[in-house]
Amino acid sequence: MAVYEHTYKRYQGLMTPAWSRFLILPRHAFRDVFKSKLFTAFYAICFIPLLVEAVLIYLHHNVNALAIMQINVRELLPIDASFFQFFVNFQGGFAFFVALLVGPPLVSRDLRNNALPLYLCRPFSRAEYVAGKMSVLLILLSLMTWIPQLLLFLFQSYLEGWRWFVDNLWIASAIFIGSIVWVLLLALLSQAVSALVKWRVVASGALLGIFFIPSVFGEVINQIFVTRWGSIISIAALMRNITSGLFGSFVRETGSVRITGFDETIVREIVLREPPLWACWAAMFVVCAICLALLSRKVRAYEVVS
Amino acid sequence: MAATETLPEQKTAFNSADFAPVIDLNDLSVHFGGRPILRSLRGELRGRAVGLLGPNGAGKTTLIHTLLGFHDPSSGTAHIFGRDITTEIKQIRQVVGYMPERDSFIARMSAVHLVRLMAELSGLPSEAALERAHEALFYVGLGEARYRNLDTYSLGMKQLAKLAQAIVHGPRLIFLDEPTNGLDPPARQRMLRLIREIRDSGQAHIVLSSHLLRDVEECCEEILILKDGQIAQYCNLEEERKANRKFLVLETRGDQNAFARSVAALGCEYALTTDSRVKIVLADNVEVRDIYRAADEHQVQIRRMSYKRDSLEDIFLKAMENGHGGL
Repeated sequence: MAVYEHTYKRYQGLMTPAWSRFLILPRHAFRDVFKSKLFTAFYAICFIPLLVEAVLIYLHHNVNALAIMQINVRELLPIDASFFQFFVNFQGGFAFFVALLVGPPLVSRDLRNNALPLYLCRPFSRAEYVAGKMSVLLILLSLMTWIPQLLLFLFQSYLEGWRWFVDNLWIASAIFIGSIVWVLLLALLSQAVSALVKWRVVASGALLGIFFIPSVFGEVINQIFVTRWGSIISIAALMRNITSGLFGSFVRETGSVRITGFDETIVREIVLREPPLWACWAAMFVVCAICLALLSRKVRAYEVVS
Repeated sequence: MAATETLPEQKTAFNSADFAPVIDLNDLSVHFGGRPILRSLRGELRGRAVGLLGPNGAGKTTLIHTLLGFHDPSSGTAHIFGRDITTEIKQIRQVVGYMPERDSFIARMSAVHLVRLMAELSGLPSEAALERAHEALFYVGLGEARYRNLDTYSLGMKQLAKLAQAIVHGPRLIFLDEPTNGLDPPARQRMLRLIREIRDSGQAHIVLSSHLLRDVEECCEEILILKDGQIAQYCNLEEERKANRKFLVLETRGDQNAFARSVAALGCEYALTTDSRVKIVLADNVEVRDIYRAADEHQVQIRRMSYKRDSLEDIFLKAMENGHGGL
């Protein structure tokens, strides 16, 4: 089918391996995503906290620099699990906003323009389509969460020494698992919302609502029933508990409520306990399962309407 | 991305399947919500270009979608180039192109970007995909407009872009679902010319689904007529025309009755009209020259003769009346 010949000819060349074809989608999506200068600027800003983190780690080990700046090392944050947990949470917040900007149009745009038959009439399955679309977010969010965090962990290990690395290897696993769970959750949720809602603005609003509305409801339940089990429907609270669990800072008892009589005597004391970690993980799996079920239902070449 | 796999055509499995029918329907049934859409379709389609005809709701598009693996068969199966659609759909899709009926695009993309993406998803390496995308767009006549955003295309251009994405990976079988929908006459002619060119290149088989009998007549050698989810007729268009009876309408002067009796003696059916016309259905062994001879014997002048064979419309209407002819 050469331009000058204008005849139909079959393709006779080599083919790419089938397993790698889902990566074509993020490659083309990045071209579109980074067309926006505003988004590119925002994505660059997301790396500033990591820069601050790197500087703090560096300062801890550079006596000359501290002397010049007249800073006492004790005034700096200690480089321990809580230090990394703080930055993992901070980057998680940025990751949420990146997902909010990039995620909603990924599937909805294809659904709105009936593009799915074009993808799925090729040797490209629905699972590969979802994997390809999810990997857009997985790659973007990984680049700003666990990958630089682990590099900084290695940087700290390099400066502190082998012993520190061995003793704190669990922090690396906490960084990785905590971030990857959050990134996966964001990718799944935004794809599911994107598959359900065809309009970008509405999809972004829905994604925002999924995080904030259950949190509000959860807090209402907590207040009315004097419990902490309302957190089980709040994705933000679930994630906070899971991350705390991974970094070893999870505390179930978060307070107590004393019910007093008219004479100020304590009638009853209720200890407020967060849901156990297994319940948080189970709730998170349920959320992911619902997202996958939704994607499986919506991502089809043609929807059969009964 | 390393290009390591060979084309399916180069694999022995497909070579051995070269003698298999293009599409082999084995009791294929599809139900939606308990309602039968396709009922036990059976037959082998071997034509270079097969027209898929039928009234609205006959199951044409469902058949195409099922063959592409979009819907699961309720029972039975089908084979494309000897491969089962229920178990080997990926290998089938490797050698199949599809032009959907409805507008199908990815927003905010230029034509060349879309066609390249589709070629890559079909397995072409990035550089080859770009090259083929340019070639395909030039081939369909969108060469000059290939960098324009698809949102700015006219309906005719969008149809051509859809054709380009369907052929960019050089498939062996192309499904075209209503390719001339909404096109003005010049655009329609252009589309039909392209389809005929692809057919005549001998490089790909075509299944053309259309409501427009004229389109099918111009492009297809064989037709498959569906009615209520069943095969009403599958035939070679030219053979069917030849096999069908031939009609003559004569305008005559002279002794019509004697002439008509003579024609009847030849074994032909006839009908006399009040306006000096004789309608004759030629028998198999009777040629037009026998009619001239009969007219000469009775001194009848033939002032006008119109000769008519069954058109696709006649074949289609007969299939609709007769119900399910099967294969």
